Amino acid sequence: MSNHIIETENLTKQYGNLVAVGNLNLKIEEGELFGLLGPNGAGKSTTILTLTTILKPTSGHATVGGFDIVKQPSQVRKSIGIVFQDPSSDDTLTGYENLKLHGMLYGMPVSLREERIREVLKLVDLTDRKGELVKRYSGGMRRRLEIARGLMHHPKVLFLDEPTLGLDPQSRENIWAYIENLSHEEHISLILTTHYMEEVDRLCDRLAIMDRGKIVALGSPAELKRIIGGEVVVMKSASPDIGSLKSLAYVKHIETKDGVVSLTVVNANEHLPEILQKTGMVDSVEIHSPTLNDVFLHYTGREIRDEAPEGGWGQRAMNYRSNK
Amino acid sequence: MGTKSNELQVKQMNEINGIIAIWYREFKVFQREKSRIVASVVNPILWLLIFGGGLGASISISGINYQTFIFPGILIQAVLFSSVFFGVYIVWDRKIDFLKEVLVAPISRTSIFIGKIVGGATDSIIQSIILLILGAILEKAGLIPGLKLTFVSTVGALIILFITTTSMVSIGLIIGSRMESPEGFQLITSFLLFPIFFLSGALFPLNRLPAWLGTLTLIDPLTYSVDALRHTILGASQYGLALDFGVMIGFTVLVIAFGTYAFEKMKV
Ligand SMILES: Nc1ncnc2c1ncn2[C@@H]1O[C@H](COP(=O)(O)OP(=O)(O)OP(=O)(O)O)[C@@H](O)[C@H]1O
Ligand SMILES: [Mg+2]
Repeated sequence: MSNHIIETENLTKQYGNLVAVGNLNLKIEEGELFGLLGPNGAGKSTTILTLTTILKPTSGHATVGGFDIVKQPSQVRKSIGIVFQDPSSDDTLTGYENLKLHGMLYGMPVSLREERIREVLKLVDLTDRKGELVKRYSGGMRRRLEIARGLMHHPKVLFLDEPTLGLDPQSRENIWAYIENLSHEEHISLILTTHYMEEVDRLCDRLAIMDRGKIVALGSPAELKRIIGGEVVVMKSASPDIGSLKSLAYVKHIETKDGVVSLTVVNANEHLPEILQKTGMVDSVEIHSPTLNDVFLHYTGREIRDEAPEGGWGQRAMNYRSNK
Repeated sequence: MGTKSNELQVKQMNEINGIIAIWYREFKVFQREKSRIVASVVNPILWLLIFGGGLGASISISGINYQTFIFPGILIQAVLFSSVFFGVYIVWDRKIDFLKEVLVAPISRTSIFIGKIVGGATDSIIQSIILLILGAILEKAGLIPGLKLTFVSTVGALIILFITTTSMVSIGLIIGSRMESPEGFQLITSFLLFPIFFLSGALFPLNRLPAWLGTLTLIDPLTYSVDALRHTILGASQYGLALDFGVMIGFTVLVIAFGTYAFEKMKV
């Protein structure tokens, strides 16, 4: 048997005619912290829900922890933990009760359950607040509780669907620290989805960039940035003279959009004066090392927008509360 | 052989644990929502005292005080509404991702369904016990004379109410398993609940109805619960316990089978 904790073969999920995930081929190593990066609607959640047996694939195959997601769903379920994109804890229960419920659902013996509840609460620093109703938790606390819950039954793989969506920067930083800690302390493979560049950049060993149901690039953050093959020069100009740049050997790639020109340039610091001579007057210039955003732009021709989607996590949690 | 039956045993244990887990959650939620408990007891008493008192001032039914006559019907009404309404909680669970958390656990959907039924039935039985105690108090106070609440009749009443709540919770869950919004759920259930309630004979005797109405009451499954309960705590019944129980149990088995299927097909 291979030591791939997850393996997919032409995994496809359609909603009616809409191909949410199309012919996904992915191999994830045991112990890896793997990221799925993509904009809204890329198919990240659909991929996760299919791998976790909540949705049935339209076609193709996948194994998780060595078990087939269609033929052995119950073994798959026992080997995975998941933190969903939307809040999934019961806010009329306390943090402790949510964990106890989880332990019961997974058939954990009482003594093991209680011990494990203590451990995971400590891991996410919620021991002091365990007796409080989840209603009174902040968004970040609730997320931490759900991470703790996903870990309770010692899964081999933990899926985290947008773990920091809708959180303020400080809570996000906080969650990142827990995830890092986790991947060191618990022997576990982690798959996380996000549309925040910094998140994958900071956390993931490898990532796949997903767009419109397909993987467009795969590798470690450093590898992917290297693909760009130079620095990125961004210029603002009303009427840039691009034609003349095309002849320059050290300009690898030119992209214009709304009066903004992005160039990929080898040794940009050295070549900038010459470039500016060719383009003539520009309003502003900026050089930066390639980011995953540039990688995304390179492969899709679009920016990944760093804003929370409509009705983000926190927002949805609030709606739920006020409606109930 | 040995390991195989062991495996089966472990699997069964897991399913039972799952049912207990779901029940645990529903019960905690019930405990927390005190206003729900209060409303589920106060509303029936208001029906009994105001509707029953108002109409009872001018009528009595074959010698029985009208308020006494409708007491079984009011009990059934209370259980009917709280049971079917219980299905709305699954719609709320779906609105956030809590339903997914339950569906991704290594237990079957049948166990989830059964856990929910037990949870809903527990709520209704607690409500019924409170109402029966209040009934006994009102009987002592002379407001519903002729109510026969002995130990045996009380246990009998609870069995009838239990079977009734089981089928009605199932119906609520079946509707809930299909609905995306609580408003949709409310709309469908109110369409369903009022005919079921009014045709059950909860508020009037069944023996002098015009033919068309009589036929309609016969096809209302709740009619037999009301009749059985009247038999048990008033000593007056139209169809006899054998028929009543036959229909009640048959109907319950049917809706549970259908509910299991609906849960199997339920989308997240
Ligand atoms: N239940 C559904 N029915 C129909 N279409 C759906 C359903 N769920 C998702 N889709 C569609 O499938 C596509 C992929 O959605 P998915 O939720 O997997 O994206 P995502 O990458 O997780 O996006 P986000 O960042 O917004 O969470 C989208 O076009 C979405 O509209
Ligand atoms: Mg998503």
